[in-house]
Amino acid sequence: MKAIRISLLMVVICGLVYPLLMTGLSQLLFPYQAQGSIMKDSKGKALGSEIIGQKFTSDRYFHGRVSSIDYDASGSGSENYAPSNKQMIERTEKEATKRLKENPGATKGDVPLDLITNSGSGLDPQISPEAARFQIPRVARATKVSEEKLSSLVSFYTEKKELGVFGEPRVNVLKLNQALDAIVQKNKG
Amino acid sequence: MGSALIQYTVIIILLILIAIPLGRYIASIFSNENHRTDRFFLPMEKVIFRLSGIDNRLEMTWWEYVKALLLVNGILLGFAYLILRFQGGLPLNPNGITNMDPTSVFNTAISFMTNTDLQHYSGESGLSNLSQIIVITMMMFTSSVTGLSVAMAFIRGITRKGKTIGNFFQDFVRGHIRLMLPLAILLTLMLVAAGVPQTLDANTTVQTLEGAKQVIARGPVASLESIKHLGTNGGGFFGANSAHPFENPTALTNILEILAMWSIPAAMPIAYGRIAKNPKQGWVIFGGMMAIFLMMLLTVHLAESAGNPALVERGFDSSQGSMEGKETRFGISMSAIFTAVTTAATTGTVNNMHDTLTPIGGMVPLMLMMFNTVFGGEGVGFVNMMMYALLGVFIAGLMVGRTPEFLGKKIESREMKFIVLALLSHPLAILIPTAIAFLTPLGMGAISNEGFHGITQVLYEFTSSSANNGSGFEGLGDATPFWNISTGVVMLIGRYISIIALLAVAGSLANKQPVPETIGTLRTDNATFGVVLTGTVLLIGALTFLPVLVLGPIAEFLSIG
Repeated sequence: MKAIRISLLMVVICGLVYPLLMTGLSQLLFPYQAQGSIMKDSKGKALGSEIIGQKFTSDRYFHGRVSSIDYDASGSGSENYAPSNKQMIERTEKEATKRLKENPGATKGDVPLDLITNSGSGLDPQISPEAARFQIPRVARATKVSEEKLSSLVSFYTEKKELGVFGEPRVNVLKLNQALDAIVQKNKG
Repeated sequence: MGSALIQYTVIIILLILIAIPLGRYIASIFSNENHRTDRFFLPMEKVIFRLSGIDNRLEMTWWEYVKALLLVNGILLGFAYLILRFQGGLPLNPNGITNMDPTSVFNTAISFMTNTDLQHYSGESGLSNLSQIIVITMMMFTSSVTGLSVAMAFIRGITRKGKTIGNFFQDFVRGHIRLMLPLAILLTLMLVAAGVPQTLDANTTVQTLEGAKQVIARGPVASLESIKHLGTNGGGFFGANSAHPFENPTALTNILEILAMWSIPAAMPIAYGRIAKNPKQGWVIFGGMMAIFLMMLLTVHLAESAGNPALVERGFDSSQGSMEGKETRFGISMSAIFTAVTTAATTGTVNNMHDTLTPIGGMVPLMLMMFNTVFGGEGVGFVNMMMYALLGVFIAGLMVGRTPEFLGKKIESREMKFIVLALLSHPLAILIPTAIAFLTPLGMGAISNEGFHGITQVLYEFTSSSANNGSGFEGLGDATPFWNISTGVVMLIGRYISIIALLAVAGSLANKQPVPETIGTLRTDNATFGVVLTGTVLLIGALTFLPVLVLGPIAEFLSIG
């Protein structure tokens, strides 16, 4: 009986008081992050989460990494292909061929590997700066924005290693494409 | 390599800087010493004990301690079963999640109570917000504090003289109030600031730049995320676990999570050294753990940064290392150390998909779980290390023809029987079910990667269950009654047999008359003993599992391309 009472007390403390208190404090202190870092466009419409990848297929946009779940953020994950898995090797070959078509003159070894491999989450919001640069010729053709301008755009959106040491340099694909959209709009106007 | 070394070094220095004061603090909590924080914490504890009617000063024998532990764990298991089974009709279910089926509930409830956090469901579609907080988050606290209590009772047993080893309820409540809850609150707020969501609202729908609809799952993530690591639990809010940008948005949160899951296991030897009044011995144990850890970290780093041999051979870019299953923001270094720490501290959280690791890279987490003691899970990892220490003393004692002693107490046949029981339960709980799985279509049908890698998938699943780790080679189609029940049973064996056996050892040692130290006593606080200890772990761990490692990862390594 005593054991039941103490168990239920711990359920209340750890399973209700703590998470609800944390929700309240988080909503108060960091409302933007607590709600999922949802970005809005100029009209106030939600266009995505800053830290969740989106699917980009149009030639006008920079593309993110391979995602077996097609960036469906109501789930997450990947195919979990082993390094020796034949489907994985075939898929990577196919992706490389696709990328090479967009970028004539390049060879298989030039395609940045992150661009043609599946991220762990299937929702990776970022690509390596090399993977962004590799797509510049295609994006330039489709948007009529000069390669130089795109190159400086990529540089601007390249985030360095955290504190100069941790993790890897990366480019947030959604933010990059949002900026690209703005440039294209301005050129039209 | 240079950049990776800097990252690793900084993390390990931070770890040591945290572990020293944390170890002292943990020692003070569980020695029931007066502490300047009493003014704040003591009234809360008094309320809890008054409401539950428990006399927290009553000393328990080892068997009474075990009974109280099993009772509380059993009650919580039953509670979890009911909530998960009927979550569809309960409140806080904005996304309309349905009830979980019975064998999945069996697996999930055991998984979280045993600090394993093996997940045969995906959080986004499998759990309501209520289940995420009142079952998953709650058990992340209670299971880790249970482990911590076991370690403290064990330390009391081997360091004190008498029949008793403390009061389980006292340890259980103080572990929550003074350690886990304050740390979790702090870490939660840090994670939210860095981008981890914490909301009870339903999933949100956005219109992407290309005009498509994207549904984004969210929920009370941060409050789970913090205790998931602090308690070496590892079960993710989302299916992709800490690879998901909402669970682990940046390299800095990655470091926070690494330190959160590593600090308490690393502080245990220091806490022990303080209670045993022999800090040097604590450091010898810490050093032994760190030596094995560094070997493993180096191996996984080299294997992953060399790239997947099958792709490198086909002429793909190898400058980034093997990026399949990894996240851009982490790259190789932040993924490799996460993989090593999550399996060393048997947390089971993953920031990259272990199934996609290169053959040798994937062997590292497997081996760390087979050792189950290189830092190890909350509390229990340290106790396992002490088991190896007692075994080392015994073997070394036999070799030089002396009565084995530890802290002035003789290690005799009763203790050795319990130690061997705990020692053997781990490999048996892994190897026998693995063999059974290969004999049945129910087991074989789950394998998603053909060839030698398939062997590793099955082996990894049971190793992870028995080590109460919870990570997986997730390609395995394990959401079936066969896997739910078999791994459920293995998790119970992996958790409770060693806990009971080792508390029995502690109870037995507490009862012994200390013998005076002489010149012939084998010292257990110097480098020689550190080598004996590391050797025992490597030898017994590696030899037990070598044949099956040859069939899985090593064969894959030799044949890939």
